[in-house]
Amino acid sequence: MKVQVVVGLEIHVQLSTQTKLFCGCPVRFAAPPNSLVCPVCLGLPGALPVLNKKAVDYAILAAMALNCQIASFTKWDRKGYYYPDLPKNYQISQYDLPLGKAGFIEVQGDDGGIKQVRIRRVHLEEDAGKNLHAGGAYSCVDLNRAGTPLLEIVTEPDITSAAQARALAVELQRIVRYLGVSEADMQKGHMRFEPNVNLRIETDGQAFRTPIVEIKNLNSFRALEASIRYEADRQVQEFLESGQVMTSGNKTTRGWDDVRQVTVLQRQKEEAEDYRYFPDPDLVPVVINTSWLDQIKALLPELPLRRQIRFVQQYGLSEYDAGVLTSDRSCADLFDKAVEAGGRPKRVCNLLTQVGLRVANERGCSVGDLGLSPVNLATLASMIEEGKVNATSGVRILEQMIATGQDPMTLARSMDLLQIADSSRLESIIDQVLSMQQKAVQEACSEGKKAQKAFNFLVGQVMQATKGQANPTVIAEMIRKRLGGA
Amino acid sequence: MDNLIDKALVRKVASLARLELSEQEVKEFTGQLCAILEYFHKINLLDTEGIEPLAHCLPITNRLREDQIQPGLDPGQALKNAPDRDGDLFKVPPILEEGLGP
Repeated sequence: MKVQVVVGLEIHVQLSTQTKLFCGCPVRFAAPPNSLVCPVCLGLPGALPVLNKKAVDYAILAAMALNCQIASFTKWDRKGYYYPDLPKNYQISQYDLPLGKAGFIEVQGDDGGIKQVRIRRVHLEEDAGKNLHAGGAYSCVDLNRAGTPLLEIVTEPDITSAAQARALAVELQRIVRYLGVSEADMQKGHMRFEPNVNLRIETDGQAFRTPIVEIKNLNSFRALEASIRYEADRQVQEFLESGQVMTSGNKTTRGWDDVRQVTVLQRQKEEAEDYRYFPDPDLVPVVINTSWLDQIKALLPELPLRRQIRFVQQYGLSEYDAGVLTSDRSCADLFDKAVEAGGRPKRVCNLLTQVGLRVANERGCSVGDLGLSPVNLATLASMIEEGKVNATSGVRILEQMIATGQDPMTLARSMDLLQIADSSRLESIIDQVLSMQQKAVQEACSEGKKAQKAFNFLVGQVMQATKGQANPTVIAEMIRKRLGGA
Repeated sequence: MDNLIDKALVRKVASLARLELSEQEVKEFTGQLCAILEYFHKINLLDTEGIEPLAHCLPITNRLREDQIQPGLDPGQALKNAPDRDGDLFKVPPILEEGLGP
């Protein structure tokens, strides 16, 4: 029996606008309940929505990055359903004319190559409020979130493993952060996933498809991957037991129990969904002309995965390093500029990953906010490369560059970290050390096992005598010559 | 044009709209809605070949606003007409099961 899992993803991404999609209320996390509301997002009679241009700009940019066709004419529809978190009893969404369609996202495949997953549609809609279940005789509703702009992204069922679904979600997070259209903070519920999962099973020369299961409202990468993995196993068992196959009416909905790590069948609605979509008369259509598209297109950066691959191919960085550098756009930008300014790629990369990202992380900001100039970074990389300072001193200098904004040469001087380049001064220090360490000199000259150890000891002693201000490779070379070795 | 609307459909639409109708009302509305739809049927007699569906009745597009915060209501005002409240939260009948939303 051959089993292939088939997954399509529906993803909601919260856009990082200042205000809601159809009113001027702030979008903010963890504000006091019902403090970010107005007649529009409360759904009070007579209130009229007005579209936030920024949300449309962001949606177009994201749809472009997902290689979608952008609609020249798009409109707003009401999706009707009753739930306490939805004050108008309809959600403003886009039904038949979504903002973007027929695109694709590139994801690193299981084999390391690039895999394309087709995007069916991308559209804008408003979020609902939040139901709080007291667990008792009533529930509570906070409408601060109601009206927050969401981008809904629907993929075709091109995903063929739980790990790939996760990789796609992570890649999408990196893309929307790159574009600056979403903070994509999982802790704040900025990304929510609903995978549709079923299996293609081949057995005895026959092919079957198991009934589709939609897993609702997952808000972490871990839950996304684990729930798909669980669901695939469960569907194999169910197929073996019941032989049930997919029909047009037997799709079911399951929730993810994070504690027990299982999916749970949700109570089925008595009849099929009937959202009674119809055009919203309160909102006029949006026409997106070429000049608007061109303005947005100019903002489209090189996408992170493409950049990551370029860093490997162009600069010989490892996959890992390239991945770390491109995780933060400002970091990758700084890297590109510092390399352009003459820094050796690997050295610049090390400085950024070992110091830049660490300090940015400690400060809770991005690397771009550290105020590092590409030229200074390139200069520091070259100073290390040329042996003017050693790598350890380089780290300390970079920390000070971030703290003080001074250039690396000034700092190296004031911190007394410049390596002794004057060979006659080094010669005399080596003379002193060698005359004081006769025993080690003898051992180093011997053929015995201790020779290398003694040699390293001598190098260490010289380093100590120079207070670390010499290049160990240079010292080793000088000692080797002195000892008459090869 | 028979049976465009029957009682079952009226009951379904009423339940989707959370309306409770008496048997008498179901009968009454079935007739009324049939008459309305029949009237609309006249539109179907027009030749609409090659005509784009109308998305909006106003010849206006792109009413947009800048992404700037505007003052809203404070929680006291927001909850003023609420039938019931728990602190600054709207209080509603218990939602027994998650996931019955969309």
